[in-house]
Amino acid sequence: MVRLITHNLLACHAKGCTSNNFPLRFENARVELREAEFNGDFLQGFLPKIEWNALVDTAKQLGDTSLPPEQPEMTDDEFLKNLHHVLMEIHVEEGVMICPNCSRNYPISNGIPNMLLADYEIA
Amino acid sequence: MIPTPDLSHLTSKDYDLVYEPAEDTFLLLDAFETQAGVLRELQPKICLEIGSGSGCVSAFLASILGPSSLYFCTDINPYACTCTRNTGTQNKVVLDCINASFAKPLMLRLRHSVDVIVFNPPYVPTLEDEAEDAQNDHDIRGSWAGGQDGMSVTNLFLQDVETLLSSKGFFFLVALKDNDIPSIQNRMLQDHGLQSKIILQRRAGREHLFILQFERVDKAIALEG
Repeated sequence: MVRLITHNLLACHAKGCTSNNFPLRFENARVELREAEFNGDFLQGFLPKIEWNALVDTAKQLGDTSLPPEQPEMTDDEFLKNLHHVLMEIHVEEGVMICPNCSRNYPISNGIPNMLLADYEIA
Repeated sequence: MIPTPDLSHLTSKDYDLVYEPAEDTFLLLDAFETQAGVLRELQPKICLEIGSGSGCVSAFLASILGPSSLYFCTDINPYACTCTRNTGTQNKVVLDCINASFAKPLMLRLRHSVDVIVFNPPYVPTLEDEAEDAQNDHDIRGSWAGGQDGMSVTNLFLQDVETLLSSKGFFFLVALKDNDIPSIQNRMLQDHGLQSKIILQRRAGREHLFILQFERVDKAIALEG
């Protein structure tokens, strides 16, 4: 599965593609929602690692608008619940991730993202 | 004693395509068991295994450290990614699998962020071409064919370890005596500021296997001071 927490950490790494190579844009995404155990401490600790705009935009692309446009300074239970859902429970099972810079396609099949490059694409 | 992950869902057909856990795998599990206290104390948020194969190692790590960490698993072999994911499910832990070379698609975002990095590399000395072909074909031979001194593939990843490792993180590497362990340790210290120790070693048939644990020199200094 590609959870949005994983998606928020993946960037295009093709040769020469070194700026504007994140976040990858989903296309033809087939989403599955799967319940995951809530872990507030983990989420709090992970917040500084998140690229917030990328997460909000990606969630929106996939039809979830529960996150605020700015990362709040104070977190409450409702915010953390929404964040938990977006990061941990939205799974992209099929589709493509496209680099915003070079348009390289990274397919997702059966929940596994294929981030391999061909020889000539390796930096 | 921490139980070995349940791999009963994997069949001989899977092991035609994906490396079957063997002495090297089990030595790595034993090493984690000896370090379980230190690893828990670290309270990792992000763990990363390169070349996860069956998923046995990451499932074991996840059983030690629990759900407060993410477990990213990469493999160039797509069958290995599927096996790893299924091994996670079988053992009730979540392993996030990525079909990728080393940690290449994560390098940008996981800079100095990974608390536990694990690599059981293809360490068997072979002809250089054999290692290269195996990596290009993304198949099971890539799990063992290591080229010159068995270090061709390992050396490529050693370049990336410092970039990924968090300030308090550990890197675990499986190596053979034939890989020239003092040379690995020296290079990591001189070139990347990572000091290391041998935490476990065992003779298994012809192989003399070692588990090395690396950490930042500056971290050790900070702790002593």
